[in-house]
Amino acid sequence: MVRFILRRLLQMVLAFFGTTLIVYALMFAGQGDPIQALAGERPVTEAQRAYLTEKFHLDRTGIDGFFYRYFDYIRNLLQGDLGESLTGRQIGDILAAAWPVTIKLALIAMTVTVLVGVTAGVLAGIRRASIFDNSTLLLTLVVLAVPTIVLAPIAQYLLGVRWQLFPPTAGADPDFYALLLPGIVLGSLSLATALRLTRTSVAENLRADYVRTARSKGLVKRRIVGIHVLRNSLIPVVTFLGVELGNLMGGAIITEGVFNIPGVGFNLFRAIRTEDGPLVVGIVSVLVVVYLIANLVVDVLYAVLDPRIRYE
Amino acid sequence: MRVRRLAAWTALPLAVTLGLTACGSGSGGSGGTDPNAAVRIEIAEPQHLVPTNTNETSGSQVLAALFSPLVDYDDANQAYEVAAESVTSEDNITWTIKLKDGYTFHNGEPVTADNYIDAWNYGAYAPNGQGSSYFFEKIAGYEDLQGETPTAQTLSGLEKVDDLTFNVTLSAPYSGFRTMLGYNAFYPLPKAAFSEPGVLDEGYEQAPIGQGPFKMKGTWQHDARVEVERYDAFPGEQPKVAGVEFRIYQQPAAAYADVLSDNLDVIKAIPTENLSTAPTDLGDRFQTSPGSSFQFLSFPTYQEEFSNPDARKAISMAIDREEITKAVFKDSQTPARSFVSPVVAGYRENTIGDAGTFDPAKAKALYESAGGPSQIEISYNGDGGHKDWVDATCNQLKANLDVACVGSAEPKFSDLLTKVKAEQPVGLFRMGWVMDYPSMENYLGPLYSSNGSSNFYGYENPEFDKLVAEGTAAASEEEAIAKYQQAEELLAEDMPVIPLRYGQNVFGHSSKVTNVELDLFNRVDLLKIEAVQ
Repeated sequence: MVRFILRRLLQMVLAFFGTTLIVYALMFAGQGDPIQALAGERPVTEAQRAYLTEKFHLDRTGIDGFFYRYFDYIRNLLQGDLGESLTGRQIGDILAAAWPVTIKLALIAMTVTVLVGVTAGVLAGIRRASIFDNSTLLLTLVVLAVPTIVLAPIAQYLLGVRWQLFPPTAGADPDFYALLLPGIVLGSLSLATALRLTRTSVAENLRADYVRTARSKGLVKRRIVGIHVLRNSLIPVVTFLGVELGNLMGGAIITEGVFNIPGVGFNLFRAIRTEDGPLVVGIVSVLVVVYLIANLVVDVLYAVLDPRIRYE
Repeated sequence: MRVRRLAAWTALPLAVTLGLTACGSGSGGSGGTDPNAAVRIEIAEPQHLVPTNTNETSGSQVLAALFSPLVDYDDANQAYEVAAESVTSEDNITWTIKLKDGYTFHNGEPVTADNYIDAWNYGAYAPNGQGSSYFFEKIAGYEDLQGETPTAQTLSGLEKVDDLTFNVTLSAPYSGFRTMLGYNAFYPLPKAAFSEPGVLDEGYEQAPIGQGPFKMKGTWQHDARVEVERYDAFPGEQPKVAGVEFRIYQQPAAAYADVLSDNLDVIKAIPTENLSTAPTDLGDRFQTSPGSSFQFLSFPTYQEEFSNPDARKAISMAIDREEITKAVFKDSQTPARSFVSPVVAGYRENTIGDAGTFDPAKAKALYESAGGPSQIEISYNGDGGHKDWVDATCNQLKANLDVACVGSAEPKFSDLLTKVKAEQPVGLFRMGWVMDYPSMENYLGPLYSSNGSSNFYGYENPEFDKLVAEGTAAASEEEAIAKYQQAEELLAEDMPVIPLRYGQNVFGHSSKVTNVELDLFNRVDLLKIEAVQ
């Protein structure tokens, strides 16, 4: 197990450098005129252009320029310096301010997914073809069909503005309650998927041989479902949730925008819009690490859930 | 067990809701105003908070709280002195600025002429890379501060007379210099802002010290808020609120939702998608006031097919401006038929004459006789909500001129400019302009002069350049305006761009504030706004 984790950690280092190279290359290739992008529609003064060009080596183009700037970036990165954004803020500071709220939001979304999604999925799986099963099927289909970009403003308008059940936006340093609505909205998509997945998995396992054996041995139903079926059914669900946690951290661009939460997605969106190359690469590099760790945790959890799985 | 957990889950929001409603019913409106309350105003994350490096509305709104300008503009958009006692000149070259006594910076330093001179020198010095450095280009010695290795560190045109007086020598006569001084690039900086002469302290921007009616409360909370509180030692007109929280939003739609539920007091621009419902949502808290923005379509001169002015006039004539402002913008913008905005002195209505009158039959005849191209492309930036009106314009051109017309989106305005600079065919392209100070010159100079900073389409007319230069050098503002108006008439003949619309401030406020007014620069007037008790 330890050797497995070590090997994976070493692979992560390679994967990290590979992805930063790709992201850096994409930003480099897609970059138009970042100085003008920063100024929007206003004219840029010569002085400002010269200043930013020199500071960010923007005059270094072509293959040579790319490697020069990439290795410059990596050299600083290895010293723990993520660099400066085009507006002169330390990217490390931006990320330090953005991560806590995004993590909170992702955890709320994840909790909602696990509590509601997995619980309802187990119930629906046990009572297959019941009213509960059919109504959850319908509901999850609706949720899966409505994209977040529609769901978030509707939830904000109805629950926040019209009925005033929740604050319409969360803002910076929000309390738990303000994050609840965005969390539910963000989690609803993975909730629906988790529910469908759990339901299918439970329904399948209930027909497995070992369940019949256990039942014929006279075990109570609660123990059969709670221990044996659940443990086996959760393997695909855990895979899904692990990957989803990575998604929730980085993919909250829409939700964070609608509810005005200055998290990672919020900053990523602005960085892309203003062609702030250093900031995009900085955020994505950290997201890569999050994904890699989430995947590693999932793999380790496999072994915990299913003793037959062994790592060498 | 499982059921109980579910029940608890649903009970939680319910309980909190009950708690919330209980709190909400506690406050009863009594109609008075509360001088001890703070108000909350929406902004976007400012790019910078150094006066000479701030040229977008969000940063400029925050600086307006922290600083008091030398001059401001009255209801007729004429300049009057605020922090300055007088701004005078005999020859329009040497200007004497006398400061009012009694102004202090928020750290207690008295405001002196040196503070202005130091700040302006810092702003003009090219290696500092300040975004508004071009405001100082009219001051003598500006050239020596430019380039990679400038030959001087200070503007030769700035000269201290005594603690409250300094002279500004311009490199050429300019009668509008006093009007210019209202822009935030001309604010002073305290000694404390500099770590050594000419070097701005790194931390200054996080908590700017000014001499205005409000001082910083804490530091700039990036992406979250900037809070300011009343500065009691301010000698000018005191604000009627105790403080302001400038709350940072990335999307105006989120701010709008907050204003609807009284979680935010002022939204400075209501998003287009909410314009149709805003009058009913907000009632008399939905307001408009004149703004300075000007939207137009421009013809790149390198596209030969539009070289005949008659073809350009025909296209202008074939556009029904009223229909677009009404249908697409719900009257939040007004049709434009001149090259400068109605908010500046010297504006005249309908200077483009017939070319601004919607007349499909005449337009088509003129277009055909001028040999206009059978295909028109209108380029725009896809991130600014321009698709709807560009498509509407295209449809009008298709119907009225019998041409093929497509709108083509570039991701960002900078991408559009990159193409224009490389002289790639983009067809017509949209542009907008917001003034820096209320003067005709601020529209004519940058937009249509041969070396204008925003003349991206390459319009050149020596006659026009000469008239604008004469206007700038004229002895009085009246004479200047006469020259500018002559210059505008040349534009009407050449039609280098098609004026389309003037913008307005379309804003809304919560039920907790009153007396909300926005100036021409889309800034809330912080001395007027009041909180309802």
